[in-house]
Amino acid sequence: MHHCLMLADTAITTDSGAQLGLLLAILMLAIFVGFEIITKVPPTLHTPLMSGSNAISGITIVGALLAAGAFESGFLTRLFALLAVIMATINVVGGYLVTHRMLGMFRKKG
Amino acid sequence: MNTWEIVAYLVASFLFITGIKGLTHPRTAVRGNLLSALGMLIAVAVTALHITDIGWWWVIVGLLIGGVIGVVAATRVQMTAMPQMVAIFNGFGGGASIFVAWAELIPNASRISPEQYEQISHYPDTMGLIAAALAGLIGAVTFSGSMIAYGKLQEFKIFWKPWVLPHHQLLNVGLFIATVLAALLVIAFPGGSAWWYLPLVLLALTLGVTLTSPIGGADMPVVIALLNSYSGLAAAATGFVINNIVLIIAGSLVGASGLILTAIMCKAMNRSLVNVLFGKIDASSATATADEIYEGKIKSTSAEEVAMLMDGVQRVVIVPGYGMAVAQAQHAVRDLYQLLEDREVNVEFAVHPVAGRMPGHMNVLLAEVDIPYEKLVEMDTINPTLDTVDVAIVLGANDVVNPDARKDDSPIAGMPIINVDQARTVVVIKRSLSPGFAGIPNPLFANDNTLMYFADGKKAIDDLNTAVKENS
Repeated sequence: MHHCLMLADTAITTDSGAQLGLLLAILMLAIFVGFEIITKVPPTLHTPLMSGSNAISGITIVGALLAAGAFESGFLTRLFALLAVIMATINVVGGYLVTHRMLGMFRKKG
Repeated sequence: MNTWEIVAYLVASFLFITGIKGLTHPRTAVRGNLLSALGMLIAVAVTALHITDIGWWWVIVGLLIGGVIGVVAATRVQMTAMPQMVAIFNGFGGGASIFVAWAELIPNASRISPEQYEQISHYPDTMGLIAAALAGLIGAVTFSGSMIAYGKLQEFKIFWKPWVLPHHQLLNVGLFIATVLAALLVIAFPGGSAWWYLPLVLLALTLGVTLTSPIGGADMPVVIALLNSYSGLAAAATGFVINNIVLIIAGSLVGASGLILTAIMCKAMNRSLVNVLFGKIDASSATATADEIYEGKIKSTSAEEVAMLMDGVQRVVIVPGYGMAVAQAQHAVRDLYQLLEDREVNVEFAVHPVAGRMPGHMNVLLAEVDIPYEKLVEMDTINPTLDTVDVAIVLGANDVVNPDARKDDSPIAGMPIINVDQARTVVVIKRSLSPGFAGIPNPLFANDNTLMYFADGKKAIDDLNTAVKENS
């Protein structure tokens, strides 16, 4: 793979198999962490959990920003990236705001 | 990419994990959500360092349009419309994954300086292509599936009847195979990936529609939770496309969270995920017809009679269902709660895990009207104590209080229910004797200790409140 990210730099010197292994290990550990924390969320908070984690899935915004704003991007790339930025931003901004609204209702008598 | 950027992305990941952890208790939940949002802000700010002159215009336009839509939607939405709001935000997350992966597949889409440009090839390697195909597939299924879910929850007329085509399951299988073939073409022809990606996305979008369209009603919480999981998996796959750990960590967290919620929802209906997605409850196997069960045994009641019942009671339990959301009865319910609590009656709410159209739906509506958190009691906690309840009020719920679930030969056998039939008196507020989502009659309505209060949920509770006030 080309470009910028963290592990990509080391990938120039190491082989891509090791890099893939590392990324898969991160994936596996993150899934474990996810299972561990989320089983403790009480049913009362299931909706905020869903909309809050939904906002986190808007992390795709990072990829969208990279594609839209990069030095070498062509027009079509930027256009697709623009669509991605719009959708990811709706997801992130809307998701966090709506979760905040909901949680505010739970807190005021907590 | 330097070490500081890696550190910043790890800090963001840490904040996401801490943020979700905060959601385990109402006291820490608001802070948790803010921490998670801070993590997102850090991730975005660090990424912005890579944006160059002309890129800024594209980015700013995108952030402005998306931000305005997000703010307006999130601040205007009614709490009763929350399930469809969550569905639509979810869909946009999946949609973003489609386009990020697509942008990566287009030749010369490199984000490097001219010097580096000479050193590194521009096309993703095989791993990147596989990840891009997965991101496109999952992202597209998430997008179209969420839009269908939105339409169903918003109750647009075209979704009133589930769309079931002839040989629907066969069609799903065929579409899935075709989608996988298109994905293989994306991987097999690196030079033409960006072109093969188009049929892949179109097929996956169609698959999302055909998978979601036959599912409806009480099965929606499962669908919403599952689509939530998919949106995380799409983000994780996109992380593999651009080699970014923060996408992989955040995406898999969400994927895991959605899967757990899906499992909890399925367990609460005693059905397998496969059965929810591809099967349906076979109502025809019900042993008795509605007429046999209800004939001559239904006792109808009125607001005044229920108000008299409330005289001198000590413990009242209210079981809300989707009907409460439809009737927008939550404010009236709050008034009833206050009236009774003022007379030192202990009022609690028994919430079934799948009541409503998304996980935790009833809790959000009751929190909206200021019902204290500790008054919302989980099914397993309240069930052993229901025999000490004077009056149980079932408001717009049906299948989740059907005692037939305890019988082995019932179509809903084994589904955990709230045992309201053990209360001294049960008042069921419902517009008619029509069956719930499972399509089977409910013997609870014919019990000796059950009174049927036929009315719209909101009007019923409003009238009851008036009658209770007159009585005092």
